[in-house]
Amino acid sequence: MKGFLSGLLRLRRGPWELLASCLIGLGVFMLMQPFVLWAFTWSFLVTLTGTVMFIITSHFPE
Amino acid sequence: MADSAIDRLARATPSSLARRVRGLSDRAIAWVFVTPTILLLLAINIFPLIWTVRLSFTNFAANKPNAEVKWVGLRNYTRILTDPDIWQTMQATAHFLFWTLLFQVVIGFSLAWLINRKFRGNDLLTTLIVLPMMLSPAVVGNFWTFLYEPQIGLFNYAVEFFTGIPASSFSMLGSVTLAPWSIVIADTWMWTPFVMLICLAGLRSIPDYIYEAAEVDRASKWRQFWTMTVPMVLPFLMLAVLFRGIENFKMFDLVVQLTGGGPGSTTLLTSIELKREAFEKWRTGYSSAYAIILFVTVFGLASIYVKALNKVKER
Repeated sequence: MKGFLSGLLRLRRGPWELLASCLIGLGVFMLMQPFVLWAFTWSFLVTLTGTVMFIITSHFPE
Repeated sequence: MADSAIDRLARATPSSLARRVRGLSDRAIAWVFVTPTILLLLAINIFPLIWTVRLSFTNFAANKPNAEVKWVGLRNYTRILTDPDIWQTMQATAHFLFWTLLFQVVIGFSLAWLINRKFRGNDLLTTLIVLPMMLSPAVVGNFWTFLYEPQIGLFNYAVEFFTGIPASSFSMLGSVTLAPWSIVIADTWMWTPFVMLICLAGLRSIPDYIYEAAEVDRASKWRQFWTMTVPMVLPFLMLAVLFRGIENFKMFDLVVQLTGGGPGSTTLLTSIELKREAFEKWRTGYSSAYAIILFVTVFGLASIYVKALNKVKER
């Protein structure tokens, strides 16, 4: 966990990509889940944030 | 000695052009070859994408090209993302995606594993299994419509034979609970051979000496399967899931032919709903926003999936 946080602070690719991937996964789950409408409403914003973050962070140093 | 085609072409090239080409570096020649493809890509992929993003913020209707186009901001997105009907289509798509991928992976891998053994008639069996994949989705849709007929359909009679449930007592395409499964079954029947072929390529790429070494080390068949076969086929399997996942996310023809989205909206997948909004209701701006939402979802998923695939390949 400490390594993950320091990776985030030092703008390293691995932890940031992991964070972006989690956001995309969460966004897709929110889009397709059958439980609450508000999650569906906010799903696109979460997925878009994750996708843009993924594109940017994949250019970070290892 | 007879001239080759290249010699004849070289002689036919005008001298002024030949002098110019001779002066080009390798990099420049590479650009000359690649530029038409890049231009084509920009024209038929990138430009429409940017145009769709622009349209998604307007009330443009393609059937009224002369009507005034108003900038509506995020209204299209807000409407889509608060619409319970669209939410329902997303759930139908998720159901279809999850079960087709699961069945296709399990059955496809199992078939590939069986076909990979050497036995008489192996080639003929492979050809027969691969046949459904070569048919047109419209044909498969029609074909399965007949199979699902409650009175004359073979599928219902097969169910009756195995379970004892009377064939005419249920309708796969007419029942709200069974219709989502009917499209899953038809798609699985059609596309499992594709997954099987990719898995078969993976299985055949594993050298025999690895298994021989495992035999020498007295590794059980079960252990060989889980520690050698599965990890070595995994990149191939993941590739098959990626292809099928993207294809099934935009599944249209097969489902339209089978159920047309019904009964009610139980099999109304996102692509069918999108087509209705765009080309039946002519709400181009709204459907552009819908398309962008789907695009971002697929793009995001594909990005992390390709990343995971590369990691598996590096192992």
